[in-house]
Amino acid sequence: MSEQTVMIQNEEEVLLSRFPEVVKKDERKGYEGYIVEAKALKDFATTLRDELGYDYLSSVTGVDYLPEGKMEVVYHAYKTTGGPALVFKVQVPRENPVVPSLVPIYPGADFQEREAWDLLGIKFEGHPNLKRILMWEGFHGHPLRKDWREPFYEAEHKPYKSRFPNGEFFRAEDRNPFGKNVDYPAGFDPETWTPDNSNALIYEGLGRVEKAGDDLPTEQIVVNLGPQHPSTHGVFRMVVTLDGETIVDLEPVMGYLHRNHEKIGERNTWLMNMPFTDRLDYLAPMSNNFGYALAVEKLLGVKPPERAEYIRVIMAELTRIQNHIFAIGMFLNDMGAYFTPSLYAIEERELILDIFEAVAGSRMMVNYFRFGGVARDIPEDVMAKIRDLAFERLPRRIDELDRYLTNSEIVRIRGEGVGVLTPEQAIAYSAAGPVLRASGVPYDVRRADPYSIYDRFDFDVAVRYHGDVYDRYLIRMDEVRQSIRIIQQALDQIPEGPIVAGKQQYQHRVPAGEAYGRVEGPKGELGFYVVSTGKTNPWRYHVRAPSFINLTALAEMCKGHKVADAVIILGSIDIVLGETDR
Amino acid sequence: MDGSGILKGLGVTLKRLIDTYVDDFKRGKSRYYTQEGIEYRRSAEVKGIFTVQYPEEKLPVPEEFRFVPFLVYEETPEGEQKIRCTSCGICTKVCPAQCIWIERTTDPKTGRPRPEPADFHIDIDLCMNCGLCAEYCPFDAIKMDHVYELATYDRSNNVLDLQRLLKPVSYYAEIRPNNYQREEEARRKAEEAKRKAAEARAKAKAAREAAKAKKQEAKKE
Repeated sequence: MSEQTVMIQNEEEVLLSRFPEVVKKDERKGYEGYIVEAKALKDFATTLRDELGYDYLSSVTGVDYLPEGKMEVVYHAYKTTGGPALVFKVQVPRENPVVPSLVPIYPGADFQEREAWDLLGIKFEGHPNLKRILMWEGFHGHPLRKDWREPFYEAEHKPYKSRFPNGEFFRAEDRNPFGKNVDYPAGFDPETWTPDNSNALIYEGLGRVEKAGDDLPTEQIVVNLGPQHPSTHGVFRMVVTLDGETIVDLEPVMGYLHRNHEKIGERNTWLMNMPFTDRLDYLAPMSNNFGYALAVEKLLGVKPPERAEYIRVIMAELTRIQNHIFAIGMFLNDMGAYFTPSLYAIEERELILDIFEAVAGSRMMVNYFRFGGVARDIPEDVMAKIRDLAFERLPRRIDELDRYLTNSEIVRIRGEGVGVLTPEQAIAYSAAGPVLRASGVPYDVRRADPYSIYDRFDFDVAVRYHGDVYDRYLIRMDEVRQSIRIIQQALDQIPEGPIVAGKQQYQHRVPAGEAYGRVEGPKGELGFYVVSTGKTNPWRYHVRAPSFINLTALAEMCKGHKVADAVIILGSIDIVLGETDR
Repeated sequence: MDGSGILKGLGVTLKRLIDTYVDDFKRGKSRYYTQEGIEYRRSAEVKGIFTVQYPEEKLPVPEEFRFVPFLVYEETPEGEQKIRCTSCGICTKVCPAQCIWIERTTDPKTGRPRPEPADFHIDIDLCMNCGLCAEYCPFDAIKMDHVYELATYDRSNNVLDLQRLLKPVSYYAEIRPNNYQREEEARRKAEEAKRKAAEARAKAKAAREAAKAKKQEAKKE
C-alpha cells in the first residue's frame, strides 16, 4: 500500500469516527467523498482545515437533484502541499435549502456561495453579504434550478426537434420579440424599483459616506470605476469608497457579460459543450478545452493515445505563453505605458495564434480537444513553426521583454509593495495560479496533482515571495520560461501514432456519476465539475473559474492604496470577463 | 533607482525602431504588397514592422481555417448537380448553436423519405464556426468555407438556403487540397474493399452453387 492510500484511509477513519452519524461516505455509484449533515458542516470544515491540512477550499457549487427533491452543495478542498481533492457534500431539501456558510472558515467561499445563492437559490446562513452576484437584484427566480425556464424556452435538451426532419425554419427573435424576452417577478417594475440598504451602494453609484469620529471633518466619497472603464478589460465595475485618494473599501460588481454558460451547458450534449468552453477564457481556449475534456474522460473512462497527450501539452503550454505575455503587455498598459509593451507582446501572441489557426482552424475559438484525443494532427510544417518558436524566437523575445521592462524604475516603483497578498491570505481567499504563487505558495496543479503527462517533464514551479504587483508580473515571466522548457521537451519526445482513442461519435452516453477535472490554466486552477445521469446531456455542468474566484481577494489587496493602484492591482490579477461572468 | 532601467528599456524600443528601417531598406520593395512580403512578415524571423495593410494585403488562411459551412455537390459529366447530402440529420444534431434546419424529401408515391434534402437552412448569424458539422458528416457533404468577409448591411440575407449553400466539389478540392485527397483516398479504399468483398462473395456463391450442383449430380447418379 502506498503512503498516500494509507494517509487517505487514516483521514477517513478520523473523519468518520469524529463525526459519527452526521458524516457518511457518499455511496452513490460513480460518486466520491462524504455527505455531511448541514448542522455538522462547520465543525467538519474546521477539522479538515486545522487538523487534516485541507487549507484550500477550491470549489463550491450546488446541484439541483430535482427528482429526489434535494439540493446538494459540493465542496472540493485541497492541501496546498499537494495531493488529490477531498470532496464533501451537504444535502438539504429543495423547498428550503439552508446551508451554513463556510466564509468564516474559508473566506474564499464568499463569491462562490453568492453565486450558488444567485443561480440555485441556496441560502447560506451566516454569509456576511449574501446577495446576487451575476444576475441583477430583482431577477426572476434562480436560473440554474431544473424547473426554471427562460422566456425564450424551446426544449429541455438539444438537439431541438424543430430542426429535423421537417426543418421549420424560424428566427429566434421572431419567436421572442423584443420586450417579451425578459421575465420580471410579480410586482417588480425596473423603472420604479429602488435598491434597499444593502444594495444602495452598488446601484445608486455616486453616493457620499459620512465618516464619523475624526478630528478633521472629512467625507468619504464613492466612485464607480466601470462598467465602461479602460482599466477593467471589459465590462466590470469596481465600487470604490475613497478617503481622499486612499481606498477604504472596494466592491467588485460583475455579471455584465453573464449568459448562464452553465445552463447552456446543461442543455447541450456533451460534445456541444466543447466549443462553448472556448468562450469562457477566450485568451486561453486550449486550457479550457483541456479541463473539460479531462472531466468528461474521467466519466467515460477513456485515455487519449500518447501522441494526443503530447499535442495537448504543447497546445496548453503555448496557450499559457500567449496568455501571459499578453497579460504582461496589458498590465503595462494599466501602468500607463500606452500600448508599446502590449503591442510587442501581441506580436508573439500573433505567431502562436497562427499556429492555433493552422492546427485547429481558428485563432481563438479553437474547439480542438475531443474526448479521448484531439480533433486534428499537427501538420509537419506547423510542427517546424512550433519548433522555431520554442527553440529560437520565444526565448529571445522573452529576454528582450525582460530587458525592456523588469528593471524599469517606473514598473518597480509602481509595483513593489503594492497590492500585497500574504501567503495566508492567498490560501484563505482561494486565490489560484500566478496570484497564489506570487504570494509564496508554490502550488501548481501540474505538480501538486499531475494530470495528463505532466509528471514526465522537467520544470520548476515558479514562485515569488512578496505577493505584490511586481511579483505577479515577474512570476508570469518565470512561467513563460518554464512553459518554453516544457514545450521543448515535449517536442523532443513526441511520438508518432494515432491522435484519438477509438472512433469518434457525435453523441456520447456518459455513465452516471460525477467528475471534477482540473487543470492549471494560465489564470489559475480551472475546474469543471460535471454530473451525469447517463443521458446524452450533462445533468450539472459547473466551471470553477479562476478569474472569478481570484477577484475575492481584490478588495483585500486594494485597501489602503491609492485609487490609481486599484487599476494596476486588477491588471495584475489578470481577469477575463468571459470567464468571470460566464 | 538611478533611471538606468528606463534608459535600457528605451534602448530596446530604439533598437526596434532602427530595425524597422534597416529591414525596410534591406528587403526593399518586396517587403510590402507582395505575397512573399506577407509571408515574411508573419514568419518567426521577422524584424521590424509586423502589421499587414488590410484590406490591400490579406493574410492567406491555412487549410484548416473554418468559417461558415457550405454543402458540396458533385458534377456529373452531363453537367447535373449531384448533392452529396443525404439529409441524415447528423449535422443538425451535433450543431451546438442549433442553426441548421433540414427538410427531408419524401417520395410522393411511397411516402418514404428519400436520401436528399428538400431544403437546407443555415442561419449564419447563429453559427459559431465550430466545424463540428463538417467533422461528423459521414458523407463529406458539409464542409467549412474559407470566406470570411461576410459583413453586410442587411441581416435578413444571413439565412442561407440550399441554393446559396451549394458549392462544387472542385471548389472544395481547391481550398482544402490535403483534406480532399485524404478523403478521396479513403473513399477509393472503401470502394475497393467493397468491390473485393462483393467479388469474394460472388466467388463463394459460385463455389457453393458448383458444390450443390455436384452434390445433386452425385445424388442423381
